[in-house]
Amino acid sequence: MQGITGHQGQFHTRAMLDFGTKVVAGVTPGKAGTKVEGVPVFDRVADAVRKRKANASMLFVPAPYAKDAAVEAVEAGIKLLVIVTERIPFHDSLDLMPYARSKGTTVIGPNCPGLASPGQAKMGIMPNLLFKEGDAGVISRSGTLTYEIVNAMTQAGFGQTTCIGIGGDPIIGTSMVEALAWFQKDRATKRIVLVGEIGGTAEEEAADFIRRKVTKPVVAYVAGRSAPPGKRMGHAGAIIQAGKGTAESKMKAFADAGVPVAQYPSEVATLLASTS
Amino acid sequence: MKFLEHKAKEIFARYGIPVPRGIVASKPDEITDPPLPCMVKAQVLVGGRGKAGGIRPAETLEEAREVAGQILGMDIHGYQVKQVYLEERLSIAKELYLGLTIDRSAREPLLMTTAMGGMDVEDVPREDLSMEHVPAMIGLQPYILRSLAGALSLERDIAEQVASIARRAYELFRKEDAELVEINPLIVTGDGRVIAGDAKLVIDDNAEYRHPEYANLDQDRTPLEQEAHDKGIVFIQLDGDIGVIANGAGLTMATLDALALKGGRGGVFLDLGGTDDPAKVKQAFELLIKANPSVILVNIFGGITKADTVATGVKQAIDEMHAKVPVVARIKGVNEAVAKEILRSVGTHPAETIEEAAELAVRVKSGGL
Repeated sequence: MQGITGHQGQFHTRAMLDFGTKVVAGVTPGKAGTKVEGVPVFDRVADAVRKRKANASMLFVPAPYAKDAAVEAVEAGIKLLVIVTERIPFHDSLDLMPYARSKGTTVIGPNCPGLASPGQAKMGIMPNLLFKEGDAGVISRSGTLTYEIVNAMTQAGFGQTTCIGIGGDPIIGTSMVEALAWFQKDRATKRIVLVGEIGGTAEEEAADFIRRKVTKPVVAYVAGRSAPPGKRMGHAGAIIQAGKGTAESKMKAFADAGVPVAQYPSEVATLLASTS
Repeated sequence: MKFLEHKAKEIFARYGIPVPRGIVASKPDEITDPPLPCMVKAQVLVGGRGKAGGIRPAETLEEAREVAGQILGMDIHGYQVKQVYLEERLSIAKELYLGLTIDRSAREPLLMTTAMGGMDVEDVPREDLSMEHVPAMIGLQPYILRSLAGALSLERDIAEQVASIARRAYELFRKEDAELVEINPLIVTGDGRVIAGDAKLVIDDNAEYRHPEYANLDQDRTPLEQEAHDKGIVFIQLDGDIGVIANGAGLTMATLDALALKGGRGGVFLDLGGTDDPAKVKQAFELLIKANPSVILVNIFGGITKADTVATGVKQAIDEMHAKVPVVARIKGVNEAVAKEILRSVGTHPAETIEEAAELAVRVKSGGL
C-alpha cells in the first residue's frame, strides 16, 4: 500500500484487511519503522518487496507524486498496480502505461475504485458491505455508480466473482476489452456486467469484442444518455471518435452485439435475471 | 484550460512556431499601430467565429478601429467578445491543417495533417487525412515527419518547414500538458513561408499545478461556475430547471438520465466527489440554491460516506439560507435512518432509489406534492 500513512490510506488498509486482503507492507517515504493497523511501513517499495514479498501494490498517493510512485513500484518488480489516485495529468499516464506494460506490470486505473473479489481479496476503496460471492464479473468506468449497481445486484441475489473498476481517465492501464477477455477466460465467471459512460470509444470496442469473442451473457448500463452534446475535445477529438462516443452510439453498439442495456442502474439486476 | 487565439499564439511563438505579427485590443482607441493591412479577429473561446462575422479585414488605421468597434461586444455563440486581435494579412498560397491530440484506445498521441486546411477538419474526407501515432515513450521520430511530408505532397523546402513546426508543436503538446494543439489553417504564403494562421490550445485541467502561469486566464465561466471552480467543486449549468447534487461523475450522469426518463430536466449539476464533510455539503448546497432551481435533487451513494453528516450539511444550508426551494433527497450510506430523520425535520422529501427520487422531484416541481 503506497501512501499508507495518510488518512485515506489508513482507513482503506483497515477495510482491505477486513475484506481478507493480505496487506503485507505499506510505503511512505520517511515513515519506515512505523506501523499502520499492524502493517509494517517502509521508505521504499523495493524494501517492501524484498522483506515482505509484496507482489501487488495499491497507489494512494496524491496526483503530483503518482507517476514517481508508480515507476518505483514497477522497478521494484510489482506485477499488479492499482492506481486509485484521481486527477493525474494524462501526460503522466501516457508515459506510464506503455512503460509498465513493457516491464510486464498490469495497471488498473488511474482514477478508479480498484478491484474486489468477494471472499478473497480487495485492492481498492469499494465499500466492503456491497459485495457477495457469486458468478458475475463486473467491469466499470465509474466509481459510485459501480457501488450503486453492485448493491442492486447483491440485493437481487447476484453475487460477484470480481469487480474491476477500470477508471474514468482518458488514458488507463487496462481497457474494457482486456478486462472482458479476463472474464471470458475465468471459469468461475458465468455472466458479465459492463458499466460504461459517454466519451471515448471503449464501449463500442467492447461491443465489437463481445460479438467476436465473448460467449458468456453480458448486460450493460451506459451513463450520460441525457447529457447535452456540449463538451468535446476540439475538432481533432471529434475525428478520432468519428461519430462514436455518444450514449446513442454505445447503446446501439451493445444492441447490435446482443447486449441488453439497462435504463436505470438498478435494472441491471433485472436484466441479469434473464441471463440465468 | 482553453486559450484565446492571441494567448495560444504567444505560447506557439515561445516554442518557435512562426505566427503572424499582431496586437491585442479591448477598446478601439487602444489601437495605434496595427500591422496593415490587417485582419481583425474576435477573441472568443468558441469555434465558428469567422462564419459569425467575427473575422474581418481592414486596410487603414481608421478602418481597423471602426471594424474593431463593431466586433467588440458582439455575441458569438453565447460568448461576448471582450478582445480583438489585429493581425498582419498574409498572401495565402495554400492552407494546410496540423493537429495533435491523444488517441485513448491506442494510449498514444496522434498527429493529424491534411492538405485541405482552412475548413472544418471533420468535413475532410478520411482518405485525405494523414494520422500518425507517436510513441510517447520514444517521442516524435523522423519517419513520422517523412510520412507526413509525403502525405501532404509538398515541395522540399515547404515540407521541411512543416516538419519543423510539427516537431515544435509536439514539444509544446508534451511540455505544456496539452489535450489539443491545432493549427487550422497552417498557411503556406505566396513567398514560401509556413505560418500558423490560427492557434487552438487546450491544456489538461489536472496539470494546472504544473502551470501556475495560466491559473488566472479567463475561462468564460458563468459567475456561479467561477465561484464553484474557486472552491474546487465540479459545477455545470445546463438548460433545465432541476438542481442535482450527487457524488461521482457516473452517478451524477445516471441521476440526470433518470430525471430525463421521468420527464424532468437537470438544470445545474454539482458533483460532490468523495466528501461527507458537512461544511463542504453546505457550501455546495448554497451554490445550488443561488442558481435558483425549481427543485433540488440530492443523490448520494456512500457506502463509507456517512449519510447523517451529509444530511446535517443539507440541513445547515437550508436553515441558514431560509431556502424555500423543495428538496428531494436520497442518501445511501452509514447511519441512513438518522439521516432521514434530519432531512424530514427540515421538510425535505426522502426517497429510497434513484427512480423514486427522480419521479418525486418531477412531481414536486409540477406541484403534485
